[in-house]
Amino acid sequence: MTRRVAVTGIGVISALGRSRGEFWDALKSARCGIGPMTLVPAGSVRFENGAEVPDYRAANYFEEKEAAMLDRFAQFALIAAREAVADSGIAFDDALGEASAVVTGSCLGGKTTEDEGFRGLYELKSTRFPPLSIPKAMANAGASRISLEYGIRGPVYTISTACSSANHAIGQAFWMVRGGVVEAAIAGGSEAPFSLGVLKAWEAMRVVSPDTCRPFSKDRRGLILGEGAAMLVLESLERARARGARVYGEIAGFGMSSDAFHLTQPLAAGAARAMRAALYDARIEGPAIGYVNAHGTGTPANDPAEVEAIRAVCGDRVLVSSTKSMHGHALGAAGAIEAAATLLALDNELIPPTANFTEADPACNLDVVPNIARTAAVEWALSNSFAFGGLNAALVFRRL
Amino acid sequence: MSDELTCQASGIAGRVARVIAKTQHIPVESITIDSTFEQLKIDSLDGINILFAIEGEFDIDIPDDAARQIRSVREMVEGIEKLLAAKT
Repeated sequence: MTRRVAVTGIGVISALGRSRGEFWDALKSARCGIGPMTLVPAGSVRFENGAEVPDYRAANYFEEKEAAMLDRFAQFALIAAREAVADSGIAFDDALGEASAVVTGSCLGGKTTEDEGFRGLYELKSTRFPPLSIPKAMANAGASRISLEYGIRGPVYTISTACSSANHAIGQAFWMVRGGVVEAAIAGGSEAPFSLGVLKAWEAMRVVSPDTCRPFSKDRRGLILGEGAAMLVLESLERARARGARVYGEIAGFGMSSDAFHLTQPLAAGAARAMRAALYDARIEGPAIGYVNAHGTGTPANDPAEVEAIRAVCGDRVLVSSTKSMHGHALGAAGAIEAAATLLALDNELIPPTANFTEADPACNLDVVPNIARTAAVEWALSNSFAFGGLNAALVFRRL
Repeated sequence: MSDELTCQASGIAGRVARVIAKTQHIPVESITIDSTFEQLKIDSLDGINILFAIEGEFDIDIPDDAARQIRSVREMVEGIEKLLAAKT
């Protein structure tokens, strides 16, 4: 059984705001959510800026007891899922709950919870560990909580493949719905990397920018870490149409590859293979792609390799942008936030720009939609995610 | 040969060579002041490991932008000299 797969609900919480509407308003006006980090003491890490969710208070979303049971990353997962489900109007009754899936991505899981516990142990010399740490920190905490909330009792799991986690998660959910394994799915990713231990580790990697994120720009100096979540509601196009649901677009293909080359150095050929696999899965050719939402981290190494891969697969006329320039690099949530951006771009016929762009780099020679959103009715789009460990993933979306 | 001796000496170059040898698990004799990171098979991940160890050895902070320019033992030694001079 092969079905077409529609996205009928989108939920986003990110540095660009705490709802899908705020997210899209920021993307179309190139508003950047990057600023001084507030979640760790100033001066405690070499870089100053991050892409934190603005004015976030757990109490606005959860009862006190519930909030205490959830790490920040799981709170974000649930908030985004609630928005996506409400947006889609889907009702998970007993039968649909049994026939549905939740697949989430997260690179770090509940590291904030662990960091606090370890601090108690090593610095404050506590001999005991907070008892909820294990269920709070597990990478599937968000997925399990979403499953509980909606009574979703089919396949529920979490994929942790660094920065490709959410792209992999959406791809798996897409394949399950397309293949008739499940009727509907909630899929996406969530991340909350702003704890001192995690940030110090990133500092030592020397890939974080000292100022802002300027993907494809000649003076780019690295990525900016971001937090948040995005969730999509996936169901068969037939089901969506039968219930008169609003359809943002179709997921038409998914592809994966591994570089088998180096743990952290990107490889254009590996990225290109994932993109080609996704195109093959969608049964279309590279030049059909009108827009690529790039992985576009803004590191010196990623961007030229990705441009080389895009040129090889899609040609040189495709529009490319990195929305990480606005919402930062949300690691295991990145693929979901960017899938949301891609779907909204197709639906609104408007390509979000690469913000903070200052100077063209001959090594990144494509139309990267610098600084100003571009009106374009694109039918097919790709969203790329490439992870440390050499793991690449790409999703193909189609405007309906 | 004299280059090797420079690295085995007790000065900054010698200390840098010993840090690289230990981090890379290679004999210190294989490192000369003119060795490039490429010759020593130091890739990007090895590089950040070495920078981390060098910061500890000399009690300095090596900024990312400066670190990115370093491609040889000589450049590393010169960079450390500058940072040490700025410290005093």
